[in-house]
Amino acid sequence: MKTLEQTTEEILGLAALHFKVPREQLSAGDDFYRKLKIDSLQALDLLTRLEHHFGIELPDYEVQGVTDFRTLATRIQARL
Amino acid sequence: MLDLTQYDSLGAALAATLEKWPDEVCLIESDRDRDRSRLTYRDFSEAALPFAAVLQEAGLAAGDHAAIIMTNQPKWLISAYAIFGSGGVLVPLDYKLTPSEHLALLDHSQARFLIVEYPLWRAIVQAADFQPQRQTIVFVTEAPPGADLAGACRWEEVRAKDDPEFRSRKRSDPACIVYSSGTGGRPKGCVLTHGNYLEQCRAIVSIFPFSPGVRYLSILPTNHAIDFMAGFIVPFVGGATVVHLRSLRPEFVRDAFVRYKITYVTLVPLVLKNLEKGLGEKFAQLPPMKRRIFDALVAVNRVMTKGYPTVEFSRWLLPQVHKAFGGELRAIFVGGAFTEPSTLQFFYDLGIPVANGYGLTEAGTVITLNDFSPFRADTVGKPLPGTEVRIVNPGPDGIGEVAARGPTIMSHYLDDPELTAETIVDGWLMTGDLGRLDRQGHLRLFGRKKNMIVTAEGKNIYPEDIENVFEGLPVTEFCVFAANYLWPVHTMVGEQLVIVVRPEPGQTIDETLRADMTARNQRLRPYKRISGYLVWEDDFPRTASLKIKRVDLAGQMREKLRPAAVLPL
Repeated sequence: MKTLEQTTEEILGLAALHFKVPREQLSAGDDFYRKLKIDSLQALDLLTRLEHHFGIELPDYEVQGVTDFRTLATRIQARL
Repeated sequence: MLDLTQYDSLGAALAATLEKWPDEVCLIESDRDRDRSRLTYRDFSEAALPFAAVLQEAGLAAGDHAAIIMTNQPKWLISAYAIFGSGGVLVPLDYKLTPSEHLALLDHSQARFLIVEYPLWRAIVQAADFQPQRQTIVFVTEAPPGADLAGACRWEEVRAKDDPEFRSRKRSDPACIVYSSGTGGRPKGCVLTHGNYLEQCRAIVSIFPFSPGVRYLSILPTNHAIDFMAGFIVPFVGGATVVHLRSLRPEFVRDAFVRYKITYVTLVPLVLKNLEKGLGEKFAQLPPMKRRIFDALVAVNRVMTKGYPTVEFSRWLLPQVHKAFGGELRAIFVGGAFTEPSTLQFFYDLGIPVANGYGLTEAGTVITLNDFSPFRADTVGKPLPGTEVRIVNPGPDGIGEVAARGPTIMSHYLDDPELTAETIVDGWLMTGDLGRLDRQGHLRLFGRKKNMIVTAEGKNIYPEDIENVFEGLPVTEFCVFAANYLWPVHTMVGEQLVIVVRPEPGQTIDETLRADMTARNQRLRPYKRISGYLVWEDDFPRTASLKIKRVDLAGQMREKLRPAAVLPL
């Protein structure tokens, strides 16, 4: 079982890789819309990649209103 | 197709459609790559009537307000029909609002009933301003076993003793209260009548007929005026099928076109642009020879469809493109915000006509629509049958404020006669948008007269609605504007909001203050955020009741500052 810290770290790594942002520029409390410079559709794309990575299904409503990596990690952690 | 002149209310028209096509599939709900449910019109009726009985036994009387907060799914439409059949007034609220915004609009609309899906209800109950003793009767869908519903009823378990009675309404009676803005400021609850909707529907199907076998993909939220009309009322009165997706991830949307062989869909410009980008990337990967052949075929299609779309020909000429959209797509509707002509032309050249339109919630959805005779990428189409459009106070270039009149214009704003009087003048809806009519009667838009923006996702953002997050900012005073309002430009894309701050005497805008503004900005939903700030040293002009005179302030700033004065946040 992963810890929340591990889950958060993996999310940050995946986001950095996918959106070509240096990993060291991202931190858990960051607003991913702002930091990754993405729109709502790209955010949905990120979710799909996270689902594949973690092997889970994340209903859209679970991430409704979520804008920072830490909260996103919490929602994913609850489904691992 | 029902003859809508024969009906006085949405409830009556929908009841007739349920009887007319009992065995046709009316709703398909898809969850990712699998069907979740399929309902015929008979199934729909069998689900809706018991719920109507429940509402009536719970005390819903004719004219009572009942709100729905749900993502797109069959229970949304089933609940709406139960409300209409019971004589209620539907208040469709945007499920993407925050819990506090939901509570504010529930209060403003005086909704006595609420139908809400569990995750959204859970968030509302957890909001700091939720009051457990609320008088609203709440029905919660899909709550997990054992969940604390805070006094609400479980939708799936409620039963009534008797059959419901059908309550007829007049055309002039309110059908819906739809909020076009006002979650943080002055609520704008558009009261739309049964007549408004029936006439709007009649006008739309005169251009785009719906019938059994037509499948409409419902992606925009059903609470949005466009999807309420194009993804509910229009398909239902034609006996067509509506497809709902539980997940709106781009890959599931793409799959849905193919799996359900979609006939029509409505998209916002952001999604359409995303589709264009994806297709463009695929075309760019074609080997040079194939690319040349493909470009030649597109050119042939452009010539052959110049006068009017011939979708069958385009499907034959460009089969791979059309197969990717399911092979039966007749048109894409686009609305909610301005779409760039190049995007419209891109799809039209591929043989996928995009019906570009223009409308406001206050006009019952659509004012103008491109009817493809011929296709025009540079305009938002012609007024719908029955609707008149005129340009008020046109300048030498013919550009002025767009005004609309007709049977689809809302009755009034809920509890705001002053705003109603400002907005509907001698029967004309003053849209606040700037436009020009050409000789063919097509409307072209050139920006806004009003202080607001519309995002590419189709969201209307009024500065007053987001100012509350900046309350307490350590400056003398502040005010939010649409940048295009301060410095009008003839464009409706890339609109942005800016905050004007007046520092305390001697105060400089340092990193601490910028960080404070940024942190507050991030509390807003991403599409509502401001993009920059302006520093203004003079007193803000105010009324006797100390409200900021926004028009005057904007005028003063326009004289003294240029857009380059906006600093990024």
